Amino acid sequence: MATQPKLDVGVDYKDKYGFFFPEDYVFKAKRGLNPEVVKEISFMKGEPEWMTKFRLRSLEIFRKKPMPNWGADLSVIDFENIFYYLKPAEKQSASWEELPADIKATYDRLGVPEAERKFLAGVSAQYESEVVYHSLQENLTKKGVIFLDTDSALREHPDLFKEYFGTVIPPADNKFSALNSAVWSGGSFIYVPKGVKVDIPLQAYFRINAENMGQFERTLIICDEGSFVHYIEGCTAPIYTTDSLHSAVVEIIVKKDARCRYTTIQNWSTNVFNLVTKRAMAYRDATMEWVDGNLGSQITMKYPSVYLMEPGAKGDVLSVAFAGKGQHQDAGGKMIHVAPNTTSTITSKSISKGGGRTSYRGHIKIYPGANNVKSFVKCDALLLDDESRSDTYPYNDVDAENVTLGHEATVSKVSDEQLFYLMSRGIPRAEAETMIVNGFIEPFTKELPLEYAVELNRLIQLEMEGSVG
Amino acid sequence: MADFEIKDLRASVEGRQILKGVSLAINKGEVHAVMGPNGSGKSTLSHTLMGHPGYTVDGGEVRFKGQNVLELEPDERARLGMFLALQYPVVVPGISMANFLRTALNAHRGYDGKDKSKMVTPKEFRSLLKDELEVLHMDDSFLSRYINDGFSGGEKKRAEILQMAVLKPEIAILDETDSGLDIDSIKFVAEEVNRMRGPNLGVLIITHYTRVLEFIKPDFVHVLVDGKFVLSGGPEVADRLEKTGYSEWGKEEAAQPQEVA
Repeated sequence: MATQPKLDVGVDYKDKYGFFFPEDYVFKAKRGLNPEVVKEISFMKGEPEWMTKFRLRSLEIFRKKPMPNWGADLSVIDFENIFYYLKPAEKQSASWEELPADIKATYDRLGVPEAERKFLAGVSAQYESEVVYHSLQENLTKKGVIFLDTDSALREHPDLFKEYFGTVIPPADNKFSALNSAVWSGGSFIYVPKGVKVDIPLQAYFRINAENMGQFERTLIICDEGSFVHYIEGCTAPIYTTDSLHSAVVEIIVKKDARCRYTTIQNWSTNVFNLVTKRAMAYRDATMEWVDGNLGSQITMKYPSVYLMEPGAKGDVLSVAFAGKGQHQDAGGKMIHVAPNTTSTITSKSISKGGGRTSYRGHIKIYPGANNVKSFVKCDALLLDDESRSDTYPYNDVDAENVTLGHEATVSKVSDEQLFYLMSRGIPRAEAETMIVNGFIEPFTKELPLEYAVELNRLIQLEMEGSVG
Repeated sequence: MADFEIKDLRASVEGRQILKGVSLAINKGEVHAVMGPNGSGKSTLSHTLMGHPGYTVDGGEVRFKGQNVLELEPDERARLGMFLALQYPVVVPGISMANFLRTALNAHRGYDGKDKSKMVTPKEFRSLLKDELEVLHMDDSFLSRYINDGFSGGEKKRAEILQMAVLKPEIAILDETDSGLDIDSIKFVAEEVNRMRGPNLGVLIITHYTRVLEFIKPDFVHVLVDGKFVLSGGPEVADRLEKTGYSEWGKEEAAQPQEVA
């Protein structure tokens, strides 16, 4: 197919990576997980020895760690039946025609451009937006900003990389961070130098050679003192994958007076287990904001967290989850107050429909000596019918004095009064319901760049019609 | 055959019969007032006419444009040309008044997201609203606020009438639009309703008090007591009520608001 990237092993890989391997080796990705597979991944990427060792050590930890015994049921994951590393060409579906009809229909309805669709659907491994990408890169380079895929960053900035990699989320943090540490591939690496404010949001899919939407991507963002960056990953169009496990790790360091906003809209196809560890360290007077939207996947377990390490640090989580038939969105946030005079807010909005299940799971921890902390949690659940379910699991550990801790939770249904009111103005029932839902998540939507907000509203509309997944 | 005809309408709420056979014929160009004491069935009448799910129709029919509207969904009734200004307008967070009005207007025009020629353009929308906002003494900032969210009583009622002005119904039911309003708000609302009065609009004003009828002069006045009309006539009926209240029907309630000092 003309639109697919050329993959000639002898030429491309030698040019790109400076090494060559036999043809039969490249195309035979093996299922399953063992030290050989991990070594192979590291070898194919031409990684330094420390990374190979890091991966192998992580695999050991993964083997020893038990599965989480809380949250969603993960017992059906068969770790031996997963491809842990696929070259871009192998990730592709054979053709556009082979994609599930619902995914294709959604692209049509969302009006996603053809080139972008193929990228999202995995038909093409690259989204050809080179022009945009190059001008963006030029602009960033002038300011000293590094914005690369994580594999390239390891090659091109080895010292910076090694200094921060794995420091926020060590492999031993949990079973899935260990798994990611063993087999990670792709993701984004961002470094923003002191005092630099990046004025446009950096988006994962501007990058070419994007493996960032792979199964085990690894993202590392370093905001140096007084800097600002807004990073956006994912998009509202559903991402189709035949592999059923997505387990990413996102590490962020926000230094003194810096601010980082990380926006995610995930809409994985509904066969995916989405198990992501996201954590940021915020230092003196720094601000970390997670804006996290979860629409797709079969199961999501994701609790973006902020460690408030020094006085004046501020953490925010704003999340939205939509669970339709057969979906369980177990999401929330964690705020770990290590230092005094730190503040945090978690705002969670969830919508359950057609028997879908949403859970808010949150943890506020305030360490001894972290006095004068303010933390506020607000979770609102909207149930669209009687079969759907929503639960709240807030955990608070407070070991300090003079702490202001607020928690507010509401569960509501689309009220007959609201529905009648909108319908009495001529708006059909389905559209009225969609409006009410979009209104409910408006505090989230208004934080998104306009084009994402518009797409999200359209997507909610499709979900409400039940035409998606 | 009148343009809008209510025939022997009976309706109940939670198993209790409230409307016990109401008949009323409204022609476009006419203003009818339905007056009644508390609990007489005024709100049941307005909600049943618009199809609120909490009200059960036990019998009768309502003919409008060749259809029995009681068989239609509320949105179908609205698109057919009916409008209800609610006594207690509902708060819907997160949706701006502008978005609400535009969506409602598009629905009336049959725009379903496909045929863009049916869609109201931003320019058209603006010019449509400009005059109406002025008459109702509302400023632009109102359009970016969420539906009825944080509105004062007067703002809510004015917002209802603004919706009516934008949607241009043929039959408008105003359910106690005057209640809880200060005299200025009543005047603005009345001015807007009077502007819309004409051969293309039939109005049904539902009210406890005669005061609003000083500003919107009715052609016909009907008195509703215990779910039935007990008296119908011209504007003079309102004058009679103003003097004696509802006492002739055993209800010791005045038909004028108590003066608030």
